[in-house]
Amino acid sequence: MKSSRMPLITTWLVLAFFYLPIGVLILNSFNLSRFGTTWQGFTFAWYERLLQRDDLWTALMNSLQVAAIASIGAMILGTCAAFALHRYRSRLQISHEILITMPLVLPEILMGMSLLLLFVSLGQQLSLVTVTIAHVTFCISYVTLVVQARLQDFDFQIVDAARDLGATRFQAFRKVVLPLLAPGILAGGLLAFTLSVDDFVVTFFVKGPGADTLPVVIYSMIKKSREFPVINALSTLLLLVTFLAVRASQRLTTQKA
Amino acid sequence: MKKFRQELPATLPSFGWLAFFVLAPTLLVLAIAFRETDPAGGIGAGWTIRQFGVFGRKSILVLLWRTIWISGLTTAICLSLALPVAWFLAKVRKEWRPRLLLLIIVPFWTNFLIRVFAWNQILHSEGGLARFLRSIHLLGENDSLLFNSGAVVLVSVYTYLPFAILPLYAAAGKFDFSLLDAARDLGATAFRSFWSVFLPGIRKGITTALVIVFVPMLGSYVVPDLVGGTDGQMIGNKIAQRNFADRNLPAASAMSAILTLAVLAPLLFRRRESNTGSSS
Repeated sequence: MKSSRMPLITTWLVLAFFYLPIGVLILNSFNLSRFGTTWQGFTFAWYERLLQRDDLWTALMNSLQVAAIASIGAMILGTCAAFALHRYRSRLQISHEILITMPLVLPEILMGMSLLLLFVSLGQQLSLVTVTIAHVTFCISYVTLVVQARLQDFDFQIVDAARDLGATRFQAFRKVVLPLLAPGILAGGLLAFTLSVDDFVVTFFVKGPGADTLPVVIYSMIKKSREFPVINALSTLLLLVTFLAVRASQRLTTQKA
Repeated sequence: MKKFRQELPATLPSFGWLAFFVLAPTLLVLAIAFRETDPAGGIGAGWTIRQFGVFGRKSILVLLWRTIWISGLTTAICLSLALPVAWFLAKVRKEWRPRLLLLIIVPFWTNFLIRVFAWNQILHSEGGLARFLRSIHLLGENDSLLFNSGAVVLVSVYTYLPFAILPLYAAAGKFDFSLLDAARDLGATAFRSFWSVFLPGIRKGITTALVIVFVPMLGSYVVPDLVGGTDGQMIGNKIAQRNFADRNLPAASAMSAILTLAVLAPLLFRRRESNTGSSS
């Protein structure tokens, strides 16, 4: 059978399509031109400007703080959920599963809108606290999925073995189950962290005045058409950080294996 | 009963959290859609169905129709590009697969807003691309690549394409390609064997890809906001505008309620379908 070259060509075109904007961003972060429309020479000026933007650094700290708390919260709740869904088959678990799927299927704007209405109806001040609650909410489902996948090849007989050897239920959980599941839980937490740092739409709906996360500040910079090159410089730095982080985590996992 | 006593503490934390922060707010949206507007901003007293009156207005119907066709077109383009890529990934030598998959995922480690913003620069009316197209008269003097529904479709395809590729690849990876040779041996044309053997073989992947692109597209807000201009606005933008600009929460709720039903209805339908499918 003569195989067509079409899939090969499409794949390379799609990859070119994927990398074109990233390339433009990196290139423009060193471009003297204020609007990045034509190449006008090489400069580090935008990176220097970036260092002076205190609001960006405050927003970054806010983002990291929210993401840290939200991912820990989601790790705890998501792991519980994965356990319950894995061990029990009951009518309760069917509704449990529907609840877990809901944040995955609801468009972000509906999630933001509905949470905003909840906070307004409860008379809750909008702040970083409401943002964190919202982030925990959409992260739980992702942690659950990751931990559930891990539980699929988990042998529960070793728990019985630990109990037979005299461990209490809590000891068996802490000394046997948790260490074995830790990589899965951590992977879920990492996913939750990145989702939280990346989120804009839900955050925009439930954020309070003044307490902005990094994506919110980036959005208002884009919206006001100001300091485009600074955003480019910031994007390039963020890209570098994520790339190094992923390389490091890959190295960690391959060393363990 | 003893089993239930163990089940409850494991279920309750996430169940309670999601019931309070996902289920209750969704029901709240449906309820507040029937409240009066408070002239001072926020939710008024009294009940009304007036908020749904906007759906009789032509401007909203135009917006709804645009939301549907932009979402549909984006889904169609994503699927037609993702199919050959998934095919290629499934057939390429094994040691290449993880590297290619990584290449597909890496660009999406950048922040979503920043990716949209990058397109903003590429399509900018003073940018190199627009100038080039103008010089060869493919683009009129006063036309713009940015701020129209075409730009919304292009950038949406960029954002959702990996989400279409991954489920299709997962399905194609399990597909037995020797079936295609069998079909060819039995006299089917290449197109026919692709259409009647390959596509049905990866049906599950196709449905997942369809849902994963189309549903979030219906609630699209950032992309039309940043590259859509006035001619590329979707229903999500109207919800945000009622919310942030007018502080008219009941009106925003009415539109969100319709969107919620539009999103959940096909999922409930699919659930019923798969239930009847498994019982037969």
